[in-house]
Amino acid sequence: MEFFKIHRDIPFMRHARLFNLVSFVTFVAAVFFLFSRGLHLSVEFTGGTLMEVSYSQPADLNVVRSAIDKLGIKDVQVQNFGTAQDVLIRMPVQKGTTSGQQSEAVMGALKAADASATMRRTEFVGPQVGDELAADGLKALAFVVVGIMLYLAIRFEWKFAVAAIIANLHDVIIILGFFAFFQWEFSLPVLAAVLAVLGYSVNESVVIFDRIRENFRRYRKMNTEEIINNAITSTISRTIITHASTQMMVLSMLLFGGATLHYFALALTIGILFGIYSSVFVAASIAMWLGIQREDLIKGPVKKDTDPSDPNAGATV
Amino acid sequence: MNRYPVWKYAIILVALLVAGLYALPNFFGESPAVQVSTAKASIKMDAAALGRVEEALKAAGITAEAVSLDGTSIKARFPNTDAQITAKDVIQKAFNPDPANPDYVVALNLLSRSPAWLTSLHASPMYLGLDLRGGVHFMLQVDMQAALSKKAESLAGDIRTALREKNVRHSGINRNGQTIEIRFRDAQTAEAARRIVQDQFADLDMVQSADGSEFKIVASIKPAAARTVQEQALKQNITTLHNRINELGVAEPVIQQQGLDRIVVQLPGVQDTAKAKDILGRTATLEIRMVDDGSDARAAEVGSGVVPFGSERYLERNGQAVIVKKQVILTGDNLTDAQPGFDSQTQEPTVNLSLDAKGARIFRDVTRESIGKRMAILLFEKGKGEVVTAPVIRSEIGGGRVQISGAMTIVEANDTALLLRAGSLAAPMEIIEERTIGPSLGAENITKGFHSVTWGFVAVAIFMCIYYMLFGVISSVALAFNLLLLVAVLSMLQATLTLPGMAAMALVLGMAIDANVLINERVREELRNGASPQAAIHAGYDRAWATIIDSNVTTLIAGLALLAFGSGPVRGFAVVHCLGILTSMFSGVFFSRGVVNLWYGRQKKLKTVSIGTVWRPDSGNQVTPN
Repeated sequence: MEFFKIHRDIPFMRHARLFNLVSFVTFVAAVFFLFSRGLHLSVEFTGGTLMEVSYSQPADLNVVRSAIDKLGIKDVQVQNFGTAQDVLIRMPVQKGTTSGQQSEAVMGALKAADASATMRRTEFVGPQVGDELAADGLKALAFVVVGIMLYLAIRFEWKFAVAAIIANLHDVIIILGFFAFFQWEFSLPVLAAVLAVLGYSVNESVVIFDRIRENFRRYRKMNTEEIINNAITSTISRTIITHASTQMMVLSMLLFGGATLHYFALALTIGILFGIYSSVFVAASIAMWLGIQREDLIKGPVKKDTDPSDPNAGATV
Repeated sequence: MNRYPVWKYAIILVALLVAGLYALPNFFGESPAVQVSTAKASIKMDAAALGRVEEALKAAGITAEAVSLDGTSIKARFPNTDAQITAKDVIQKAFNPDPANPDYVVALNLLSRSPAWLTSLHASPMYLGLDLRGGVHFMLQVDMQAALSKKAESLAGDIRTALREKNVRHSGINRNGQTIEIRFRDAQTAEAARRIVQDQFADLDMVQSADGSEFKIVASIKPAAARTVQEQALKQNITTLHNRINELGVAEPVIQQQGLDRIVVQLPGVQDTAKAKDILGRTATLEIRMVDDGSDARAAEVGSGVVPFGSERYLERNGQAVIVKKQVILTGDNLTDAQPGFDSQTQEPTVNLSLDAKGARIFRDVTRESIGKRMAILLFEKGKGEVVTAPVIRSEIGGGRVQISGAMTIVEANDTALLLRAGSLAAPMEIIEERTIGPSLGAENITKGFHSVTWGFVAVAIFMCIYYMLFGVISSVALAFNLLLLVAVLSMLQATLTLPGMAAMALVLGMAIDANVLINERVREELRNGASPQAAIHAGYDRAWATIIDSNVTTLIAGLALLAFGSGPVRGFAVVHCLGILTSMFSGVFFSRGVVNLWYGRQKKLKTVSIGTVWRPDSGNQVTPN
């Protein structure tokens, strides 16, 4: 079987301007939604109490709501979680009562309303823990960005590093934009997914950059645009197959992983789809605008060909 | 050209064998068990205790699958939960004849069914996180400011004693927050006192100042000493938590320090969260102080005067006020044991305390000087103090054995003893994070995670086999090997597997196939460009290597960031993610090439390679290397 029967190089870079405009617009939209709607942060970040309650028959959310209302707890969210029998209750941090008292009081009220209510899970996070988690998340993001840039700058050249990181931050912002627009819950696993996407998405850029570097060595008559087009064309089959197989795994998580893994898998799905797009149209074209040229890589400080201790010197795909 | 030397195959074979061996315990499942461990440091679990368990079971006619001594505990496995529960009762009765004062902790547990020879190789199944097995998770914050204030208070007392011994007259020692102020009438005494304090208290920094006619020394705890105080406070709190959790009878509790001032407690399988929280939340500190019996204090006690300087007002359980001196004589740190009992003469319920050597000495000195006076035992919970009892000292008490009696019921005596025995906290704690996962949810999460991995794996493997034929089969085998390696490494490290960890496993498998896709595509491309099959295989693997390294290192950077800054579910994800990247480099490149070499490498005149369609463009428009 062979899906990709490409006769000649596809002129990706001819439309670079158009695609960059498209990414710019989606990027701006994502930023806009992030600021206008904000992320729907989970209890882990905001602090508060979360309870998962299960009923023997489909739960009546109004009954649940009124039972909690009677306790005088404000700003409570009640929603189905996964199935009609399971209910997720979210309560902000209350002054005066501890979370334990709060969750016990709620459970008591629910049991009084419907005896089949059973507690499946409770979570309580103090406000300071939430703040710390948010700070740690930002630290992790900064660490990843700096780490990847340094690595790429050493292995390739700063222009590639800048291009790759812009492209991949673009992916991250778009995932966050989706979460803001649909008000999906942004939890710690989702944060993990976002950072995993950052690492994963750089893979794509690296594979294409590797090929660009190799092409600069092999095809001395081509100009930069042709070289980039050829690099993308000859790796497109691998790019799509790899993404497809990863997506198969993520799809399996989406289908079988249940409600807990739902948003995690969703974040990965968006990351994978935009990962292809960004590494092809954003990373490569930014590298082009930054003016990469043969001399940058061939006479660069890292001349892999001449490194005698590297058994894979000059090896590229 | 495509041949591996024998040693490379030996590495693969050894890796396969070791991985298989250590992944094996995960497939045996778990059986219900009863775990017996000691509740006291003075009792050791040994072969004799093992014999007692076996005897007790035999007497009750229960057959255990296996009874074994495992370091600090005895574990007995049973075929079903009915046998488990009756066995627990039987063992409980045999080991703890007095239920009010248990010497042993008897708990229900789940144990791997893996045979003894595997266990003897230290091969155990993956450790499941709370979200997969159910249980309670707490994060407690230790109030370090309170610990420092307490230290300052006890130092103030020590200074007072030291100055009295040297006959240096001060006009008042007072704790102000975490500093100690000592006032003097003249400069010479102040200077003399400063020398004494400097010699005897290396932990204090001092500032001397003159304030009008008064001379003052302000002493504060040195930063290094403050750090030690905080470390010790944390350590003592952890010990105390250990003791309290023992009362709960949890099979394998986790009590860990996190950061500088936090403690994480995980109680697998515990359902009664209210009780757990109640026992953990008893943020009690115990203090023994003298009752102020001056006339001012008497007046304040009945409510007709202000509390004298240097004393504080506390209430007894019956609501009566007691004026107590601020100076702490002893804290719960000096207490080694507390038991309920009866007075041999009056038959009143009593609490019998045992003190350590330092505590016994202090206690003897204080009681000798204060016969006929009252002494108060105070309990502090969440910053609020209460007088447990304030008995009159009848005689000098030496030897560190103290009996407290008076107006107590048997239940009260039991409660007080339990509270005192469980030890006191060096500093108050507060629950700042709490998670409870029901057992059914845990089991569900395992199934969900398992299905995600399985079906994802099957889909990818089927696709690879169809698209790349034999090379796809080899890639799938390599992927399966990767999964085996990952499970084995996780089991070996006893890293905690959580639901996000299972998600990471699925994701890693999806990403691991990238290496093989890169290689297979490259081989196809080489064939398309007219290379011979052997050369194509060689070039495919060699040239893909650099790309695989680059892409995996960037992924690893992200994984390490998650590991460094993540906590809870994120960390669980990151551990599996990072390990998976490492195992995938081994299996996807080294192992799969070994298989390919074994299959094709020996054939000298290789005509075709089974790697699916190698499509060649008919027209000559393709780019040719120059």
